[in-house]
Amino acid sequence: MGLFDTILGRSKPAKPDLDELFALPSAAITLEAGMRLKPTGTGSVCVKPAEGGGFAGLREQIQQLLDADNDKYTEKTDSFGFSWITREGDGGDLSDLVADLHAVNASLQDAGFGPALLCTLVTFSGDGGAPVGLVYLYKRGTWYPFVPTGQDKRDNARELQVRAVLGSDLKIESDLSRWFPVWGAPGL
Amino acid sequence: MATRSRFPADHGLAARMTFTMFLIGALYVAVIAALIAYHVNIGFIVILAGGLLFAQYYFSDKMALYGMGGRIVTPEEAPELHGIVDRLCALANMPKPKVAIADTDIPNAFATGRNPNNAVVCATTGIMRRLNTEELEGVLSHELSHVAHRDVAVMTFASFLGMVAGFITRFAFYSGLFGGYDRRDRDNNGAPAVAVIMLVSIVVYALSFLLTRALSRYRELSADRAGAMLTGRPSALASALQKVTGDMARIPTRDLRAAEPFNAFFFTPALANGFSISSLFSTHPSLEKRLAQLAKISTQLGQPVS
Repeated sequence: MGLFDTILGRSKPAKPDLDELFALPSAAITLEAGMRLKPTGTGSVCVKPAEGGGFAGLREQIQQLLDADNDKYTEKTDSFGFSWITREGDGGDLSDLVADLHAVNASLQDAGFGPALLCTLVTFSGDGGAPVGLVYLYKRGTWYPFVPTGQDKRDNARELQVRAVLGSDLKIESDLSRWFPVWGAPGL
Repeated sequence: MATRSRFPADHGLAARMTFTMFLIGALYVAVIAALIAYHVNIGFIVILAGGLLFAQYYFSDKMALYGMGGRIVTPEEAPELHGIVDRLCALANMPKPKVAIADTDIPNAFATGRNPNNAVVCATTGIMRRLNTEELEGVLSHELSHVAHRDVAVMTFASFLGMVAGFITRFAFYSGLFGGYDRRDRDNNGAPAVAVIMLVSIVVYALSFLLTRALSRYRELSADRAGAMLTGRPSALASALQKVTGDMARIPTRDLRAAEPFNAFFFTPALANGFSISSLFSTHPSLEKRLAQLAKISTQLGQPVS
């Protein structure tokens, strides 16, 4: 925020950055080679629903967009009032999943709800341990790993391991205080 | 379809705030000009007031927490409060402030700290009991907007002149009383000059008081606006305001007095509604004004997707 905005006491809503989303398919290959983790095919978009008819109308549009595809989509609201639009499929084609997630993101952004986007989550599993989530923060354009292991507990060691493996493929959030947990997110 | 924003800027509010700031700036210039014209050396007073205000600014987070009996809580102790703050910070792309809880039944929340990296957001147990998640989120987004707008720094700067003027009034009064001012002053201005300085300081103090109060009200409206933009739910904030201000009337006076010095950064001032002196003197805009602004934002949000 610039000096002028500070003086006038106004903050512009942060704009989302969707580009880094497309780095995921190549990172998934690295993740499979390095940690035997495969994508589960589940991905979700978390958004803060705004009140009023504007957002409700948009929700219908997204529903139609998603219905046109044969994949399975669900939408649920969590205890914080955030909406999770989840796409479940087989883990085979990750770039297809990323393209679908991007379509949802882009339609929200085009309708003026870009500031309402919180994160995108894609899950991985297969090495016998707890499933690993990769969370994309729109406002920073960065990724971070999230490995919940129970009620309000996360496996920090494995998260740091994922960061070490993916460090060169993805833009990993460097500020660890921003690796905020998303308990009870779909697929985890 | 081009990307567009659902939140057009409020030029009227920005203009009123700029005008208030301009008046405060003009006051600064007038005071400095008067001081130069009368050859008064007030270096000592400026340094004293500056030092006091800097300490207040620098330790604002600790002082406010101490004053309210707030305690910084870990995510394990207050998972829900931390969860809300986490998400709001991720939405707004700002560093996460420290989160504190004050164990008091006064329904209120405040944010303070000299910059976003040293900020603390505090909610009382009273407000957490009374509001649901959505309303609490609205209140916290209002407080986070105060942090993002650096309101502690702005208000400290704006109130500096008033504090200096208050000091000068007192010093001039005592030196006039004991006749010691002209002996210390190189230019030998004498008693009439002391009287003029005192009169000017009193006027400056009064003007500066009114202007900083006006500025504070505009900052509150800005924080309401930015908070509603962040959550996309102006109505939740409006409903929280109604709940909290309605409850305010029932607070006993003793608690009120204890809470009063921190009013400037409160969500709603800790004064009962019946005690409203005049809208000119209050740090917060009236409930009607705040609700009207939130209703306007709500209408803008409701416009269908084209």
